[in-house]
Amino acid sequence: MMHNHKNESVFVSGDEAVALGVRLSRPHVISAYPITPQTIVVERLSEMVEDGSLVARYIHVESEHSAMSAAMGASSVGARAFTATSSQGLLYMAEGLHYASGGRMPIVMMNANRSLALPWSIFGDHRDSMSMLDSGWIQVYVEDAQEALDMTIQAYRIAEDSSVLTPLMINLDGFILTHTYELVEVPPQEEVDSYLPPFSTPNKMSLEDPKSMGFSTSPADNMEFKYQQHKAMMDSREVIKQADKEYAEIFGRSYNGLIDCYQCDNAEYILVTAGSVTGTARVAVDSMRSKGIKAGVLRIRFMRPFPEQEVRNTLAGAASYGVLDKDISFGYEGTMFTNVNSALSGTAHIPRGINFIGGLGGRDISVQDIEEMFEALRLCPAHDYTEYRKNRIRFVNMGVSIHE
Amino acid sequence: MDKPELKNFTKPESIKDYPVGPSFSGGHLVSVNSGWRTFKPVVALDTCTGCYRCYLVCPDGVIVKTEAGKVAVDYDFCKGCGVCAHECPFDAIEMVKEDLQK
Repeated sequence: MMHNHKNESVFVSGDEAVALGVRLSRPHVISAYPITPQTIVVERLSEMVEDGSLVARYIHVESEHSAMSAAMGASSVGARAFTATSSQGLLYMAEGLHYASGGRMPIVMMNANRSLALPWSIFGDHRDSMSMLDSGWIQVYVEDAQEALDMTIQAYRIAEDSSVLTPLMINLDGFILTHTYELVEVPPQEEVDSYLPPFSTPNKMSLEDPKSMGFSTSPADNMEFKYQQHKAMMDSREVIKQADKEYAEIFGRSYNGLIDCYQCDNAEYILVTAGSVTGTARVAVDSMRSKGIKAGVLRIRFMRPFPEQEVRNTLAGAASYGVLDKDISFGYEGTMFTNVNSALSGTAHIPRGINFIGGLGGRDISVQDIEEMFEALRLCPAHDYTEYRKNRIRFVNMGVSIHE
Repeated sequence: MDKPELKNFTKPESIKDYPVGPSFSGGHLVSVNSGWRTFKPVVALDTCTGCYRCYLVCPDGVIVKTEAGKVAVDYDFCKGCGVCAHECPFDAIEMVKEDLQK
């Protein structure tokens, strides 16, 4: 791919990479409340506004609920708005999440994935964002700081597309991505400007054409608006792919759209992941491959819109698949597992799947843990069905025996 | 009187003609909203002095100024709360029971 630009390389954390991506996207309004491990994003942005390198209004709010409310006010009249949060803060703005998506406000938010209380924990897992899966936001999970910067820029392009007009949440694994330093290429402002034109809203504030904004509906009209939201999210799948393609043409980096596969083409055993653990999984795949075992990893980048077709096409030919969830819907299974299984339903041959629940509250997932997952995937097709169903949901790397 | 002219929203045939999100040109109302009113305010025009006290206190903005310098009630949206009748300094507004059989 052509790549001969005068990019600046900087050594930054995932949080700082997001802040740099936000500055390049030229938002008009930033409203945010600091929360670990997102804090550095808003610290850097407030510094950029203070030193004049980012011309935007930085609104200090008293809560995450207010952060989302202020972002909605800005976005509703056509300003480009950014906010960031994590964990308890995300849940505190839960009402606003539905409000913003229902109002078709293309706000971009960074969420530092962090566990939910109780027990109180500042460490990472995906329970915060997965519990907000139905809030009508596009959700992307990035793998490293470079992707965090690139997706921040792409996020506005996707969210503000006239066929989408839907808010977008960029998820970074708490600490693993937010606080780890990497070499990141920062594209030139002029090129970002050409990729990302100013937001043009259908609801510009105007005295000549006054609008009733955020009205209520009777049952006679409500479903039509919900259908529109669903359709916009479904249509965003093509917009996401196009945004990635054009980004690659200008900046030389592509993330392959809704999913990102490693060694899946002829793989018999495929592990489905999201976020930073994918790098660890790739090392495990290399190790399995060196032993002659055909392993692969499918990284889900977008949980909404869900890459149903891509997941089905990739997994349908496998002997078995695993889904590594840093999340659990208590009383059932991991949310990614549910979604993957749904994508496979109705296909002629459904391989056996195992749900690995791991990394809750920041617990490490090692290469060895993932090698053991692949070993389990090798054994499961031969097990009798009752035995397979009994061990379908497995907790990885528990510190104690759970066999009572 | 500055009451905007109300426009009806006719449900379109196709979803493509729906507004994008719940924001639309101002002044559209899709239905009247007064169905639960049991008492309605009736203004005695010979007693009304046009002081506009009722206009100021109406919680639903349904009291309108008339060209004759008096007031009138928009019964499409009046909920019948009675604040206007209670507040009128000249007892010019009477709350009259609706004939619900009609």
